[in-house]
Amino acid sequence: MTFSLLLFYLFALVLIGAALAVVSVRNSVHAALFLVLAFFTSAGIWLLLHAEFLAITLVLVYVGAVMVLFLFVVMMLDVKAQPVKHSGQQYLPVAIGVALLMLAEVIALVGVGELDDGGGIQDGAAIAGLSNIEWLGHALFSDYILPFEIAAVILTVAIIAAVALTLRHRPNVRTQSAPAQSAVSASERVRLVNLPSSTAKGQTP
Amino acid sequence: MMELFTLVWSWLHTEQPLSVFVFTMIKIALVVLPLTIAVAFYSLWERKVIGWMQVRKGPVYVGKGWLQPFADVFKLLFKELVIPAKANGFLFLLAPMLTLVPSFAAWAVIPFDAQLVISNSNVGLLYLLAMTSMGVYGIILAGWASNSKYAFLGAMRSAAQVVSYEIAMGFALVGVLIAAGSLNLSKIVLAQAGNTGVFEWFWLPLLPLFVIYFLAGVAETNRAPFDVAEGESEIVAGFHVEYSGSAFALFFLAEYANMILISFLASILFLGGWLSPFPQSFIPQDASWLWLPIKDGWWWLLLKANVFAFLYLWLRATYPRYRYDQIMRLGWKVFIPITIVWVLVAGVMVYGGWLVAGA
Repeated sequence: MTFSLLLFYLFALVLIGAALAVVSVRNSVHAALFLVLAFFTSAGIWLLLHAEFLAITLVLVYVGAVMVLFLFVVMMLDVKAQPVKHSGQQYLPVAIGVALLMLAEVIALVGVGELDDGGGIQDGAAIAGLSNIEWLGHALFSDYILPFEIAAVILTVAIIAAVALTLRHRPNVRTQSAPAQSAVSASERVRLVNLPSSTAKGQTP
Repeated sequence: MMELFTLVWSWLHTEQPLSVFVFTMIKIALVVLPLTIAVAFYSLWERKVIGWMQVRKGPVYVGKGWLQPFADVFKLLFKELVIPAKANGFLFLLAPMLTLVPSFAAWAVIPFDAQLVISNSNVGLLYLLAMTSMGVYGIILAGWASNSKYAFLGAMRSAAQVVSYEIAMGFALVGVLIAAGSLNLSKIVLAQAGNTGVFEWFWLPLLPLFVIYFLAGVAETNRAPFDVAEGESEIVAGFHVEYSGSAFALFFLAEYANMILISFLASILFLGGWLSPFPQSFIPQDASWLWLPIKDGWWWLLLKANVFAFLYLWLRATYPRYRYDQIMRLGWKVFIPITIVWVLVAGVMVYGGWLVAGA
């Protein structure tokens, strides 16, 4: 047994445990944190597959940014542990159906990989003799530049739409103007006035 | 004795699970232990430097001041760890560890010299960005689990600030990787090698990114003048207001380890890492050890990192705290536009052949 196989079993065990905990713990903050753990361990498994870029991006984007915002929202809510009312039993048939469908898809995907002529999934980076990230960069920016750009445009549109939806121009709101604050000089704020003393010189009040 | 050493050494290089584990642990210990000691003395240096800048002496009593960090550590370790009654006990204790782990894990890809690195990863730069962005979890959880308004406000401020400045920091790193053509930190340093020494480094062509990277690093570590997350005058001590004893010590350790990390990164990415600032023609090529200090080596990296570490303290002693909305304005409206423009400029410079890596 090699070290990486040992690591794979460790990651897989933690991943399954964390994924189960996400749907079974009562406290929603704990559930979000278990989701973070699940993302992190699956990134570990991807690293074992030499998919370095994907693994680090998963940690960077999902763990570093998306889940932080998730936690933000969850913490703002009232996060008392949910009492067990009906523990979601009416959703059980749907859940089982979705789970079976996903299982079938995964098995089909594994089958496609096995049917491949090389007896496994081809590693494009290894064939090209590049590191994973270099190969991905070349592939994305040469062969798949159009889908890549379309995805970028869609995301930009989404950002603009989100800003446009939340931006409200309210009249009569007092706001600060940072450039004006920075450009202020002492003469505009303080006026030094020379007042004559109310008592004569040498006389104590 | 020598034979035993050779035997152990060759066993460590075998591919068995146990030997890989032990060898990795030894390498990690060789980085983490000096780092912990550096954190201890950095805190002493901070108090000394700020003291001198304010015409005071700083710590002078415990071992003439030199043993003050150890006195602090033992005081914190022996103090009671108070867990507030309404706090979420498990998360309250988990939060300091979640802050500490990423700040130490990031050191795995730091190259100290040409071959002196734990993991010479091809995605080193992205890994660093991922690790520094994970430190925010400890802060958010500490603020929430404490069940205190001050702590929660501090955590919210800190999370928003870290997420905002991460973008400017990420763009600064994009400029570096465009210039170097690699995400591997060792290759980034080697891309700054050249005949004219100090003028080959990236600080010159990427000057705006260099300044913004370090300032965003100061904001990312929640240090003065960007330390609203623990602004004493407004929210007592921010996210760690409820912490005492060893749990507080962990937050302290993580914060200072992060500061030293940012200092090292700024030196590696923009000031040529372990490279010597002297031009190649200036350095005699004979093997005499007399010339060793001005040749390339880890001592240069330590020196450069020390300059940035000092800069942290200098900033803290010099500037008053930023107002919270001004911090956000600086991050979003000043730093991010400048970095976006300069990423384009860096791209043009590389495309036009004005900036050649490793030339």
